[in-house]
Amino acid sequence: MSSPLALDVADLSKKYGDRMALSHANFEVPMGSICGFVGPNGSGKTTTIRMLLGLITPTTGGGHVLGESITEPEKYLPRVGAMIEGPAFYPALTGFQNLNVLAKIGGFSTDAIAGLLDLVGLGDRGDSKYKTYSLGMKQRLGIAAALLPNPKLLVLDEPTNGLDPAGIHEIRTLLRKLADAGTTVFVSSHLLSEIEMISDHLVMLRLGKVIFSGKTSDLLAKQQPVIVAKPENVSDLNKLAQIATAAGHDVRIMENTVHVTGTSDFSAKLNKAAFEAGITLESLTPVKASLEETFFEMTGE
Amino acid sequence: MWNVLRAELTKLRRPSLSVSTLLAVTFVTSLITSVLFLLVDSPEGNGERGIKIGRDVLSLPTGISLSFSNSAGLLGVVALCVFAAQTAQEYTYGTLRNLLVRQPSRMKILIGKLGAMKLFAIVMVTFSAAVGIALSYLYAGVKNISTAAWSTSDAKAAVLHGFINVLIATIGYGIFGMILGLLFRSPISAISIGVIWNLIFEGLLSAFVKNIDRYFPGQLLSIVAQGGSDRISYQYALFTSYGFLLGGLAVVAFLFKKRDVAN
Repeated sequence: MSSPLALDVADLSKKYGDRMALSHANFEVPMGSICGFVGPNGSGKTTTIRMLLGLITPTTGGGHVLGESITEPEKYLPRVGAMIEGPAFYPALTGFQNLNVLAKIGGFSTDAIAGLLDLVGLGDRGDSKYKTYSLGMKQRLGIAAALLPNPKLLVLDEPTNGLDPAGIHEIRTLLRKLADAGTTVFVSSHLLSEIEMISDHLVMLRLGKVIFSGKTSDLLAKQQPVIVAKPENVSDLNKLAQIATAAGHDVRIMENTVHVTGTSDFSAKLNKAAFEAGITLESLTPVKASLEETFFEMTGE
Repeated sequence: MWNVLRAELTKLRRPSLSVSTLLAVTFVTSLITSVLFLLVDSPEGNGERGIKIGRDVLSLPTGISLSFSNSAGLLGVVALCVFAAQTAQEYTYGTLRNLLVRQPSRMKILIGKLGAMKLFAIVMVTFSAAVGIALSYLYAGVKNISTAAWSTSDAKAAVLHGFINVLIATIGYGIFGMILGLLFRSPISAISIGVIWNLIFEGLLSAFVKNIDRYFPGQLLSIVAQGGSDRISYQYALFTSYGFLLGGLAVVAFLFKKRDVAN
């Protein structure tokens, strides 16, 4: 079966002993998108990525990568770039030599290596041994290696680990540029704020199960906005919460603030009601639900 | 497969590996050649397990290649270490996943690696032969051993035969290292188990249990390197040792093909 999608998996599972690392996963990733793959540690992200790359065999189910079955990785891997579970290279070889090894194995031109090193900001350190690299530099080399085949699909597992804020921004810009040029980016991360900023699609995992798969905007639209109110006196927290509850809103007290589920037009009403009850508010802020909050709400954590 | 071989050569050429391996080869060959020639008059013997190799034997056409033929056992240990480390390090560095993403055919990876390491073994044995022959001439002068027969066509044939046999033995030891590397997936475990098996287990048992060396691949490879012995024929040693090794390689190749790469 051929598929216009970059990735699709159906009923994909992997069992280790009695433990299901991934349980009957179903999701699709459209071509040309940046898809965030999120979930806490041990939720099955890396297991899924390894199955997609032919490194481990699924217990049940299957899928397609760039229209080819995952049982025949040789048909699609020449068009896939990947960095799995962090960068892994030979410490005694230089950055350039490490990329040279991978380019030769894949049958790619070695002419592009210098340009790739420049692209990821390692142009002046290509001749240094890998063992002398900082964590951020290793990460950059991993991204350069993933770009060697000029991929149609780029699979990156935690690509911003160890990068400073400027480096994270550079990688974010690079991924957007690649997606704009038609490369599909499938990126896993535990930094949900990062994923929220760059991804237009999401696959969310928890305990080996897919709990959401679709457009990021659809997920966030489902979430109610929140108004965060901070009374001047901490002793007014419960009184303020009661006012919001009486108005029919869900309320949570967190770190000297009251979180009220509701649209921003309730802010004025809450402000007035608080004033009439003798409560002075230090701040009153309508907040759009973030991916992180949405995730915690969905996973109940 | 050729792509894998080319890539493996890039790794094997790195100075930290190639220079240290050639230094080890120089040390091993120099040690064996020194013992062979400088202890020629020693009543304790100058060959393996106290065998006495006299001036008359050393001055034969085969005398020129005797030093590096006798070095095969230790050269084999060097090859075992290199092959085991090169194979197992892919697991410890986590680089196997990168290789398999770029070349999904696991058999091509294995065959390419083996091919590259065989080329490395050729360099090792060539270097050992050069060191052994040069030192043999040097020590022959010191110990008044005639080298007249060493420049004959028989001597050239002996060098060629010696070279081929030592190469076969060295590659055999290397394959043993590769098997251990794939099995244990850790250079330290693979090398230590390989060396203990070869030098201690096989060596000790062969010294105390009569004819048990007929069933030990390491001992048989040593006999291959020497072109056969009084008790064990060259053909028996070659086919039996390589039978064990190729059987073992087939088993670990099957495991390598089927096993999940989860690290």
